[in-house]
Amino acid sequence: MSGTADPRLFAARRPPRRRISLSWSDPVLRSLVWQVVIIGIVVAVAWYLISNANRNLAARHIATGFGFLQNTSGVPIGESLVTYTPGASTYGWALVVGILNTLKVAVVGVVLATILGTLIGVARLSQNWLLSRICAVYIEVMRDIPLLLQLLFWYGLLQVLPVPRRAFHPVPGVFLSNRGILFPLLDWKSAHSWALLAFAIGLVLTTLWSRHARRRQEATGQRPPVWPVALALLVGLPVVVWAALGAPFHLDLPVLRGFNFHGGGSMTPEYGALTFGLVIYTAAYIAEIVRSGILAVPHGQWEAAGALGLHRGQLLRLIVLPQAMRVIIPPMTSEYLNLTKNSSLAVAIGYQDIVSIAGTEINQTGQAIEGIAIIMAVYLTISLSISLFMNWYNARIALVER
Amino acid sequence: MSQSQSQGSIDPRRIADVEPVPAIAGEVATPVYHRAQPRVGGLGPLGWARANLFNSWVSTAVTLVLVYAIARIAIAFIDWALVNAVWTVPQTATGPNTARCRDLMGVGACWAVIGEKYRFILFGRFPYEEQWRPAISILLFVGLYVVSAMRRFWRRELILIWILALAVIGLLMFGGVFGMTYVPTDEWGGLPITLILSTFGLALAFPLAVLVALGRRARSLPAIRLLCVVYIELIRGVPLISLLFMASVMFPLFMPEGLNPDKLLRAQVAIILFAGAYLAEVIRGGLQALPKGQYEAADALGLSYWQKTGLIILPQALRLVIPPLVNTFIGFFKDTSLVLIIGIFDLLNAAKVAVAEPAWQGFQNEVFLVAAAIYFTFCYAMASYSRGLERQFSRSARR
Amino acid sequence: MSQTMLADRTAQAVETEAAITLDHVNKWYGSMHVLRDVSLTVAQKERVVVCGPSGSGKSTMIRCINRLETHQEGRIIVDGTELTDDTRALDTIRREVGMVFQSFNLFPHLTILQNCTLAPIWVRKMPRAEAEELAMSYLRRVKIPEQANKFPGQLSGGQQQRVAIARALCMKPKIMLFDEPTSALDPEMIKEVLDTMIELAESGMTMVCVTHEMGFARKVADRVVFMDRGEIVESGPPTRMFESPQTDRLKLFLSQILRGH
Repeated sequence: MSGTADPRLFAARRPPRRRISLSWSDPVLRSLVWQVVIIGIVVAVAWYLISNANRNLAARHIATGFGFLQNTSGVPIGESLVTYTPGASTYGWALVVGILNTLKVAVVGVVLATILGTLIGVARLSQNWLLSRICAVYIEVMRDIPLLLQLLFWYGLLQVLPVPRRAFHPVPGVFLSNRGILFPLLDWKSAHSWALLAFAIGLVLTTLWSRHARRRQEATGQRPPVWPVALALLVGLPVVVWAALGAPFHLDLPVLRGFNFHGGGSMTPEYGALTFGLVIYTAAYIAEIVRSGILAVPHGQWEAAGALGLHRGQLLRLIVLPQAMRVIIPPMTSEYLNLTKNSSLAVAIGYQDIVSIAGTEINQTGQAIEGIAIIMAVYLTISLSISLFMNWYNARIALVER
Repeated sequence: MSQSQSQGSIDPRRIADVEPVPAIAGEVATPVYHRAQPRVGGLGPLGWARANLFNSWVSTAVTLVLVYAIARIAIAFIDWALVNAVWTVPQTATGPNTARCRDLMGVGACWAVIGEKYRFILFGRFPYEEQWRPAISILLFVGLYVVSAMRRFWRRELILIWILALAVIGLLMFGGVFGMTYVPTDEWGGLPITLILSTFGLALAFPLAVLVALGRRARSLPAIRLLCVVYIELIRGVPLISLLFMASVMFPLFMPEGLNPDKLLRAQVAIILFAGAYLAEVIRGGLQALPKGQYEAADALGLSYWQKTGLIILPQALRLVIPPLVNTFIGFFKDTSLVLIIGIFDLLNAAKVAVAEPAWQGFQNEVFLVAAAIYFTFCYAMASYSRGLERQFSRSARR
Repeated sequence: MSQTMLADRTAQAVETEAAITLDHVNKWYGSMHVLRDVSLTVAQKERVVVCGPSGSGKSTMIRCINRLETHQEGRIIVDGTELTDDTRALDTIRREVGMVFQSFNLFPHLTILQNCTLAPIWVRKMPRAEAEELAMSYLRRVKIPEQANKFPGQLSGGQQQRVAIARALCMKPKIMLFDEPTSALDPEMIKEVLDTMIELAESGMTMVCVTHEMGFARKVADRVVFMDRGEIVESGPPTRMFESPQTDRLKLFLSQILRGH
């Protein structure tokens, strides 16, 4: 008030310590007693359950501990990202394959679901009544039917696909059969690696250019063109490099030889059904999140920005999207976590993710407790990492308030 | 403007209303003419179409593409589902003759499978003559939901209604009294299982969730707070499947010698634990949303912790979170389908198994569509209700 | 209020035991020292108005008296009982001290009558009929008996605050605390609440009131206490405080709030 610094900000003395008195009306004593009693009950119940478990396990001659991870595995695994041979690899290695399979679904699913979900969410807000209604129907239908039913349905459809000799052929190079979905794969040559490197360099240069553009704008008011330069750097540069190195472009097409296809890239019907089902299911939830995020920005913001003369593109980029992001990101990351957890439904359609493989191991070794503990540990790690990221992000973007 | 001039320049047919302006000192009152504002682009459905479907080149293109796509899909679907569909198949001595259905597989739907199997899909393996019992249970469940939805019944008595209804349903399903034969839980199946797992799950998880939510907020009891946090984060971080696996393979290990709990009961316990954590978070949101002043006023009046919580805090907090609570219940309802994986015959599993027999193999699309329709009916009704509630709440909050 | 009557009453107050005693009370929020060596004695039937700039600790001090905030050092003695962590002492004190909040804090899910009878029934263990009679008598006293069966959301701000006063009075407290009771009200409703408070004061209630309403202070207060930055800077009878402030800080504060009046 009088212009000098507020002396309360500088602590002159420390607060004194408290003493506990031993009567029931002391709240500290009461809280201690309550906690001891409740924790005691929990511990007692846990003790009872564990002793039962020990007795039952001993009676059934089931081992305890994680030693079984080093035994040779008898789990057959249909697809894996790393080499695995049943009868030679260990149980532990089988679990690693399972984790990789789960991640294969989760990562691809998250990326595709985000893209699809954002498109649908934005389309839901469109002026075109028909488009908006169809998106609303899609979202409602996806959200009101259980995911497992959807997955079983898609898997059922893929199973009635014809044999490879009579596979569906919707676009040249793409084949749908009951042995899998095949698609053409680019023959990767060194020219492509150089082009990729050129793209990375282009990314760095674009960042530098946009920073320079901003500085120029702040100094003089004129903003040098950013988009054309970015396009040239990100598209033109890699293309030029690729062309200069001989422009190799050979697609490895799947070709029918005998009873099956060779060449090209493939995905199993299980993986295809699981990923497809997860993507279109999660996209509905993401669409709702994106829509409510954009709607959460108060209408006054649009009006004020418009009144200042900003046109729609600037308005979106500078005012609406930053505010919408704050509302969108937290539920979005929790949807990513849901997608990862939902991928555990793979066990119902025969895709071998961590749950399916751990389940088979439980059947083979009988060690249920360890197996389930492993499953939970894997998912808890993923979910805690996502939570940590979320907390960091929230703290970083939190609006500074009084 | 003089009267004669104004009257001459205005077409009397366009006068919607003539309102005399109250005279301001010295001025003569002049009539005010007004007519309805014409809508931009024309009136009626054509105008609406122009504004909403064809208001730009892109929009027009999108509309045309969508109309074409919808028409194609709709025609194909109607062909499959209605025009070429097979509604009944002839019955022979050895069972139904599905040849006609098989011939038309992919071209026409075989609704005969529903006619044959609807009892199995709805009631599972429940004894045929006693199937009126699960049927009545389903009606009781629906009645319970409808009653709970009406605001008129949001009083303490609602708890009694729930207890009564659930007890009657339990009696009907188990039997053994009043002349009804006893039916063990492994013969139950279909829609009643879905309803039982989700409703009993919610009902029993609710008190647990309230205690856990209160415990999570108890700053003076750090050990209990830690326990609640661990419980909530553990359950929310793992998929429901792992809890169901835990229930089906681990629970028997924890039971004393000889006690073998029923499979349905094990799944129910897993669902209760699962629901408890999610409901606790929803309730915690309500507790946090309540203004701090309510807590302070209750304290200042001298109410004890439990009096404050029971009389002031919980009635308000619970009312605040009814929409998210309904949404969470919709999630549970769908999640009960996962018990398929541990071999319990809920609606989805019954549908799947219905087409497992050789005669009806391959017609899973038809049964899945019917099961989807049943799920959709329940979930859509609940979702619409929750949306309506949210609108009501936000309207009254803004007052 | 004549000077002789004021002197009479102050003399009376000094003879009997003090209603509230704050003795070198210190409070910290973490490392922020928000109450510094606050010492204050409020006699029975005395009306004290506490004023000061925002952040001066006046609300904190008053909330320490009924333990909505805890103090770390010093002693607070209310109605003969010392305020410690002892929950028995706390229950006793909260029964004898009533509080009216700036944001009313009525319970929106209960009717006006239920708001008033809740504490007498559950804390003083009164039978329901007796509690309702008591509540109606206080609602009549604050002049809104006809609203008894309405909900708080249906009343205006001024009416809600008067109900809040009645609710606190239903516990028959010996001391009433007011934490900026009119700050959240529209101007046309301030008078009705102040009139209620004046009537309450004239009936002999011990009151400690944090407020910016200087007119009210002049009319009713026996003593005005000025706080700034966590300590009591000056205190004295209202006429002296407003007309001849002794300290610079009080002069500055008065110039800021009495500007234009």
